[in-house]
Order: sequence, then C-alpha cells, then structure tokens
Amino acid sequence: MTFSRKQLGIPYALFLILFVVAPLLVIIYYAFTNGSGQFTISNLTNFFANPNTLGTLCYSFVLAFTTTCVCLLIAYPVAYILARSEWKAKSIILMIFITPMWINFTLRITALKEILTLVEKNLAYFPFLNSVIGMTYDFLPFMILPLYTTLTKLDHSLIEAASDLGASSAQSFLRVTLPLSVPGIVSGISMVFLPAMTNYVVLDMLYNSTYIMGSLIGSYFSSDDWHNGSMIALVLLLIICIFTFFGSSADDEANARGGAIL
Amino acid sequence: MMRFKRTVSRRALSAKIAGAFWAVMFAGMTSYGTGLFDVAAKDNDVVTLRVCNWEEYIDEGDWDDDETIELPEGDIIGVNPMYKDFEQWYYDTYHQKVKVEYSCFGTNEELYNMLSLGNEYDVVCPSEYMIMKLMAEDQLVPFSDTFFDESVDENYYIKGVSPFIRNAFETNEINGETWSKYAAGYMWGVTGIVYNPQEVSKEDASTWNILTDKRYFRRVTIKDNVRDAYFAAVGAIKGDLLTSDDFINDPDYHQNLATEMNDLSPENLEEALDYLQKSRDNVYSFETDSGKADMMSGKVVAGYQWSGDAVYTLDQAEEDDFYLNFAVPKESTNLYFDGWVMLKKGIQDDAKKQQAAEAFINFVSRPDNAVRNMYYIGYTSVISGGDDNTVFDYLDYNYGVDDESEDVDVMEYPLGYFFSGDADDPDYVLITDSEQAERQLGAQYPSDDVMNRSAVMRYFDTEENAAVNRMWIEVRCYNIKNVPAYIWVVVVVAVIAAIAVLIRGKIVERSMKRK
Repeated sequence: MTFSRKQLGIPYALFLILFVVAPLLVIIYYAFTNGSGQFTISNLTNFFANPNTLGTLCYSFVLAFTTTCVCLLIAYPVAYILARSEWKAKSIILMIFITPMWINFTLRITALKEILTLVEKNLAYFPFLNSVIGMTYDFLPFMILPLYTTLTKLDHSLIEAASDLGASSAQSFLRVTLPLSVPGIVSGISMVFLPAMTNYVVLDMLYNSTYIMGSLIGSYFSSDDWHNGSMIALVLLLIICIFTFFGSSADDEANARGGAIL
Repeated sequence: MMRFKRTVSRRALSAKIAGAFWAVMFAGMTSYGTGLFDVAAKDNDVVTLRVCNWEEYIDEGDWDDDETIELPEGDIIGVNPMYKDFEQWYYDTYHQKVKVEYSCFGTNEELYNMLSLGNEYDVVCPSEYMIMKLMAEDQLVPFSDTFFDESVDENYYIKGVSPFIRNAFETNEINGETWSKYAAGYMWGVTGIVYNPQEVSKEDASTWNILTDKRYFRRVTIKDNVRDAYFAAVGAIKGDLLTSDDFINDPDYHQNLATEMNDLSPENLEEALDYLQKSRDNVYSFETDSGKADMMSGKVVAGYQWSGDAVYTLDQAEEDDFYLNFAVPKESTNLYFDGWVMLKKGIQDDAKKQQAAEAFINFVSRPDNAVRNMYYIGYTSVISGGDDNTVFDYLDYNYGVDDESEDVDVMEYPLGYFFSGDADDPDYVLITDSEQAERQLGAQYPSDDVMNRSAVMRYFDTEENAAVNRMWIEVRCYNIKNVPAYIWVVVVVAVIAAIAVLIRGKIVERSMKRK
C-alpha cells in the first residue's frame, strides 16, 4: 500500500486546522467583538491607551531582552569552545548543559528557589534579578544548541585563510566567525526571547509580583474578559511575527554576507 | 479562587490519584453526553446524579485503622468514598437505585465557565458569591418543602445545620429571595493571619495593616486573588472607622459593617489601589498555594490565609515542633461559605432526580458524615448536629483536655453561638488548652466575638467586577508612567544609534558592491 504525498500530509493538515487555525480565528473573533458580540475596535484602543498594558509590554520586553543577552553571553563562549575543541569529552560537556532539560521544569525552578533563598536570604528582595536568573536557567540550552550546531558546521578553512592573510585571532573571530554564526545567534534569540516574553510561570514561582504579558492575558481571561485578553494575545502575536520577520531577513543577509566573504 | 487547593494533604496521594481518575473519567463522559451513561439513564430503575465539587473536598475513604475516630456515639471511619456510601444508603432507605457521577472543579470561575460551556450537573458546591451569581441568573432549583420538614428523620441538613449558619442563610438575600431557599451550606470559615508568635506579636497580626507594615518588609504573604485582596484593603483603609466605638455600638452594626466591607465606590477603589500597591511593595509574594509551605519553612513570618488552610498549616508545622498561631484582624473578617445548590439545567423538573439530589445533601450533612469530611479535608462543616452531639464530641475528642490536668493551662471555650444559637449555653463549653484559642480551634471555630465582626462579601455584578479587575490589573502591572525620564532619553539615544549603525552598514555594503 502506498500513499501519495498529499495523503501523507493529511494528519498534519488536520492538526493544523483544528489546533492552530481554528483557535486563531476564535482569538481574532473575540479580539474584535465586545460582550454582546458586536464588532468593535475598542479592545485595540484599550491596549494602546492603557498605561498598564504598555508598561507590561515594556517590562516583559526588558525582562526578555535581559534574559536573552545573558543567555547569549553565557552560551556563545560555551558553544564556541565546545565546537572548536578536539576533546573526546566534549559530548559529555554538552550533555551537562542539556541534561537539565530532561528534568521537569517546575522541579528545577523549585530547587532554584531554595538555592536563591540561601544566597539572597530573602527571595523577594530582588524580583527582577531572580526572574532573569530563573529564565536563563530555563532557556540556556535553547541558546547553546543552535549556536553549537552552527559553529560545528562552520568551515574551518575560512578561519585559516583569514589568519594566512594576516588577520589576528581577534580579527578573524570578529570578521569571519561571528558573522558566519549569525544564523545560530538569530535562531537562539528567537528561541529564548519569544518564550521569555510570556513565560509567567517562572515569575510566579519566583515571586515576582509584577505581571508580564502572559499573566496579564491570564488575568483578563480569569475575570471573564475574553475580549481584551484576546486582543492582547493578538497584538503579542503580531509583535512576534515582526520579530520573526526581521530575524529571518537578518538570517538571509548573514548568508548573503557569508557568500560575499567567499 | 483556589481556596482549597493543597500541596500535600493527609491523604494526598490516594485522593490525588482518585481525583485524577474521576476527572479523566468524567471529562470524557460528560463531554460525550450521549455515551455510556445514557444506557443507565434510560433504565428507569437507576437515577443518575451528577455531582461536581471542589477538588479534595469530600471524604474519599480508605482510612487506616488507626485513624478511626472513637466517639461516644460510635466509631467513625471512612472506608468507601462518601458518594459510594450514599448510593448504598439511598437504596437501603428509599429502595431506589442511584448512580453518582462525581467530578471536580478547581475554582468558582472554572465551574462557572464549565456551566456556561454546556456541562450539565445536578448538584454543585460553589462559594457564596458564586451561589449569589447563579441565583441572580435564575439557574437554580429551589428546595422542595419536604427538605425543610424537621419531622422527617432523614432530613439531616435542616435538623443539623448550625443556628448561626442557618441565620446567615436566612437573612442574606438576592432579588428578595433568601439563600436558604436555594442553597444548603457545606463548609464555612473566616479569613485571617497565620503568624509566627516568636517574630510577630498578636497585636501586629490582628490587623489588615500588617500587609503594609514595614517592620515585616518582604516577610508577609497575601492571597493572589482580587476578592480576598480587596477585602483586606477595605479593612485596612477603613480601620479607624471600623474599630471606633460609635460604629461598633450602633444598633445596625452588622448591616453597616457589611455595607462598608462591600463598598465599591470609585473613591474606595482608588484608596484600595493605593493600599494594595503599597502592600505589593512590601509583601513576600502574592500566593495561591505556596504561602502555606513558605510559612512552615519559616521564609515568611505572617500570611493571609483562609481558616481551613490555616488549620492545615498549623497542623503541618506542629509535626516539626514548630508552633504557629492564627489571628483574626480586629477590623473585620470575611465570612465565607461553600454550599450545595441544584441546577435547573441538570434537574429539569425530574422529581426523582431532585429527591435524590436533596437526599445527597442530607446524607453529607449527617453528623457522622460531617465529621468524616471535616477530618478528611480540614475545613469546618456547617453542621452542628441539632439533637445529635457527634460534632461537639468530635471537637472534644480533638481539642478537649482534662479539667484536672496540671501540665497545661486550661480554659473554657464557649461555642454556644454555633451549636445552639445561645452564646452563653453552658452545654457547649469546651474545656481546652488555653493556647488553642490562637491555634487550630480558634481557626476552625472562631470565638463569638470574632464572628461578631465577620462580614459576607457579596458578588460583584458585571460592571463592578470590571472596575475591581481594572484596579487589580493596575496593582499588578508595571505602569509605563513610572518609567523615569532619563530612561526614556537613554532608550531614544540607543534607538537612534542603532538606526544610524544600520544605515551606515547599508551604505558601506553598497559602496563595496559598486567597487
């Protein structure tokens, strides 16, 4: 029995329609209607007229941005060293960074809570710092993996050529390795930044009482206001689309530049 | 509101497994309403009763032998889940087979959403404000006249309900109809502060102002839901008025207190916002569940709790020889109930079904069953027992000490207000360890003067709800207006710099291509 390509696509198409397209339509419907089901754009104006929503957006952005930067600063050297080294043990080192992903996330954050309490005496003194630490802890593997993959695939002869032509190691890193690893950086960033905007469980568990976008949507939903909540979700979705778009264009550009160097 | 969710409980494991099992079973079966049980429903011999209750909020049975409660009225032990016992009892008493489909919900809002999404139940157990909402929306079936007939032996609810609770259910009204017509109480309690007596004085813990008290900076917790937080805020901002002699001695004190505590005027919301923002900057956490564990591990020294959870916290801490106390703020305390109501959509004028539903409520109200539930879930039943002394004897079994005992300081703890309606009734005075007034007993059965300053928080209508939620979001969100001017300057400079770099890059690229 053989299947055509079309037939093989059916399960996924069904999944897509049922769990991606349909919910999205429901969100759009709620976002542009009011309590009595009439069309309205007041939810949209609410979003931009409310200093709390905008503040939350900024707060989530700053939090996600900081987390991403910290992740990148930690992950890049690790991925770089691992990718360049000739150690036999490097898969073990990589494993050490990946293993935490196998442990349940709530369990890890609960453990982290105790550690932070030990260090800081009282968790509640540094809510922002704790949130960044918690999210970094949670998302670090997602940054390391794409970077590691890109850096291992990187053509070493290019770096050798750079040094043959008289570039110092710093120069060859900045002008060759770094630009060529941009695709890895971009996919790492999108895997860390976007979830960090909405992952409020970490904040909840580490007692940061300030809402981020995820918790704000949740609080609208639990107070039976599906319309404003949906609008926030929709706006967030658009923001994410814009980021992804820029990300992929940066990706293309990096590839183009890679080509230019060649 | 996650009033009854627990991290661990005495019987957590079995209950969790059973709960998960039933949840999965019935999630499947109710959503495919035409499935298995239709066969049973068509069978005239079996009445199907769909009950939806809070998670871990009824005795699921399976006690160990050493958990047997030995009372003068006889031993009490839970072997089967109570709804299974009910099926047997119903058959024995009325010779009618009944099948209970038992399922659970996590919060009042979740239950309400389930109902509006079309799930059908016959009997549910929401909190007082959700009962009021359902009553106002005309979703409930009134109890039959027989339900209130005290001469019927099996009418355990009306014979056994505490006069205090009965009074509350008969005096609170929605649209001119009393609660008692539609709702039968199940568990009740008050809100207060659990505190560590070595760190916090009783006086400090006996006011809602502790949530903004700088001496306990980042060492107190507050509940993470708007209704509870708002109650505390109103108590604190109206503190001077509520504790003044003129106010307390007014003949309409209770009426006035309820009005003040339910004040949703814009000015009051404004003040509550201010208070809650201050407490946000002062508390350790807004918690739904973690407060109990943080209290027990000593991370915090005081926490806003419901009395039932307070009992649990005190019990658990005591196992590690760590003694905590419970205080009820002097301004006012929130008196809350959970009660059984019958839904129109479920019962649908089916007399047999309504009879079974009312019998179910009576069965869980039978004094020995009330004790089973109290032991299992830790909350306080509304049942005092009437002529039956089981509940009071259970209290004595738990907290009573010998008069002659020399090791402990003995006190008399009058509970007449609950058991007979007469606060000075000599029959209902418990001889107990004097520390118990601030411990589990004081939380489980607060004293008469505490109950005197209790107020019921009514439900908020759609507009009020929206206003309160706006206030709550403002408490929890970062307001963009709080961003200092210099940050804006830095951001603008950074953005301009980034754009400049990008443009420069493009220009360089172009000139390179030209070459």
